Amino acid sequence: MTETAESENRTDQGGAAPAVGISGITKRFGEVAAVDDISLEIADGEFFALLGPSGCGKTTTLRMIAGLEFPTEGSLQIFGQEVGTLPPNKRPVNTVFQNYALFPHLNINDNVGFGLKMTKVPKRQISSRVDEALAMVRLTHMGERKPTQLSGGQQQRIALARALVNRPKVLLLDEPLGALDLKLRQEMQGELKSLQRELGITFVFVTHDQEEALTMSDRIAVMDRGQLLQVDPPEAIYERPANRFVADFIGQTNLLEGTVQDATTVCLLNGARIPLTTGLEAGTQVAVILRPERATIGPRSDAIAGRSAVDGVVRSITYLGNAIVYRVGLDWMEIEVREENRPDAHRLDIGADVTVSWDDRAVAVVTE
Amino acid sequence: MTVLEDPPAGAAPEPIALPTDDAAVATPEFERAAERAASRRGFFIALPAYSYLILFFAIPLVIVMIYSFGTRNRFGDTELANWNLDAYRKLTEPLVRDIFFRSLWLAVLTTVICLVIAYPFAYFLATRSPTIRNLMLVFVMIPFWSNFLVRNFAWRVILGTDGPFSRATEAVGLGESRILFTPTAVVLGLVYGFLPFMILPLYAAIERIDLGLVEASRDLYASGWQTFRRVLLPLSMPGVVAGSILVFIPSLGAYVTPEILGGAKTTLMGSYIVTQFLTARNWPVGASLSFTLTVIMLFATILYFRKGGRTL
Repeated sequence: MTETAESENRTDQGGAAPAVGISGITKRFGEVAAVDDISLEIADGEFFALLGPSGCGKTTTLRMIAGLEFPTEGSLQIFGQEVGTLPPNKRPVNTVFQNYALFPHLNINDNVGFGLKMTKVPKRQISSRVDEALAMVRLTHMGERKPTQLSGGQQQRIALARALVNRPKVLLLDEPLGALDLKLRQEMQGELKSLQRELGITFVFVTHDQEEALTMSDRIAVMDRGQLLQVDPPEAIYERPANRFVADFIGQTNLLEGTVQDATTVCLLNGARIPLTTGLEAGTQVAVILRPERATIGPRSDAIAGRSAVDGVVRSITYLGNAIVYRVGLDWMEIEVREENRPDAHRLDIGADVTVSWDDRAVAVVTE
Repeated sequence: MTVLEDPPAGAAPEPIALPTDDAAVATPEFERAAERAASRRGFFIALPAYSYLILFFAIPLVIVMIYSFGTRNRFGDTELANWNLDAYRKLTEPLVRDIFFRSLWLAVLTTVICLVIAYPFAYFLATRSPTIRNLMLVFVMIPFWSNFLVRNFAWRVILGTDGPFSRATEAVGLGESRILFTPTAVVLGLVYGFLPFMILPLYAAIERIDLGLVEASRDLYASGWQTFRRVLLPLSMPGVVAGSILVFIPSLGAYVTPEILGGAKTTLMGSYIVTQFLTARNWPVGASLSFTLTVIMLFATILYFRKGGRTL
């Protein structure tokens, strides 16, 4: 029944309508704009991450899609249908809450069946769909328990089942893995991803964890202070960040300040010239993005063709097990270099004179 | 000024005294002794409250019970001899039965009205900012600043034929108000008097509920009403139970309010018991009625608490 309704709906929209269409959305709390005039389209079946530091407006954006906040202005559409002013119970979306928000007075079956009961689905269907959903998150035979009798990871899966059992058109996840410990979080990341692929439902995912966003998403929207800074697939976000904030927020970054000298050269602060095609006008202030894992460190040596190099002194060493991170003092700043812990890796001591070099193709620049 | 004095030059600093014997080594005996001490401490902390309850509740209740089995002689005195159940037989008479059910009905009505008024208010209160919350809680308490008796007489003035209420009904053409000395006036007075006892436990219960659950419920397609019915109400049940008990029990045994605002035709249990003791001088009947009432309330309370406890 639902499926026919859905397919009709889609043909109505010509199949072109995005799962979530946001245009010119602003949310002000008093004088503060938590979300400031953002526009965004999330495609059907996409795993989409809203990423940013706390207070950047990502959760407010998600809550507006859910209907838990009403936008101050702008248009908000779900599969082409304007929903900005609808209450949450009138929207074809469900949310997995950060603290799970399982109903403590109901057992697991009733928690998962809550949405179906509210939409007056016949009792027999409810119990079979609840069983199905519990099987999907691999928690059968737990139906009679109360939420407090489950572990955090299990509660997280129940929250997921409780949302997915309603077959929402869009599933919203508000930092769903934030409360889990690292091992469990990584496990759940994989599970979420494969579940999303299987179901083909659009997932919109809020996180402040850039690694999580990179691992799981098809596309990432990086937000800061209510603004959208960049919306791109993970590779593009990491390799071609739009500005310093994105470069700095996603992964570890060394930002080497410099000036464009000509079409193929950038002059660093210490006067070193590195070959880099920027396509920018001469004299433009830029920052060269050097990822710690893309630089190589070794004893002081001469330049090698095709590689840029700077000289420095090892200031500190952090042993990570799988890698060693060196902080290297240059004349004008400190940078980080990450050396994979291979048998042939250079083992350097604090105070050692070193040369840090990188492939000319390994760096990018940002202007803002 | 300085507490720590510098040691005289050349003198070795005094070493910190560390326990050199085995006194601090843990043993099962010590653990048991510590547990016993803790439980003894608990007993002494609770002692004042226990003494109060025994002295002013348990012992008087036993005395009342003893008197209920006594005999009234022809001078109106009670003889603690010839133990019998006559007083209890009297309770089955239609007159007493009518009074009992009238009291019960008014108490139930008062409790329900209090609940209906207090719940939305308590919810409103629990969802405000802390500043507004505290301010409004003070407002709830303000009636307690003046005496209960005085406030009941105030209602008598307000509801009387010359009072502002009557004048208001006359002004809008409804004629002189005849509320005073009716059961309506009694319920009005009881609701007025006991409303704070409903608001406070309800507020405490609702305030504890994670409002994220309300959002989750709305997100799962529940309307506002369904959310109240399926999430808020069950989770606030402890407050509903506590508030209902705090209103129902004093309403059932109310004496002052029915005396002042009720008429001769609306005798309630409290008044009837007083009459038995003071006017009819039939102590055994008054005592049997008091004792029966106390026992009924005790069992009702236990049952209600059990039921409320399960929904937690």
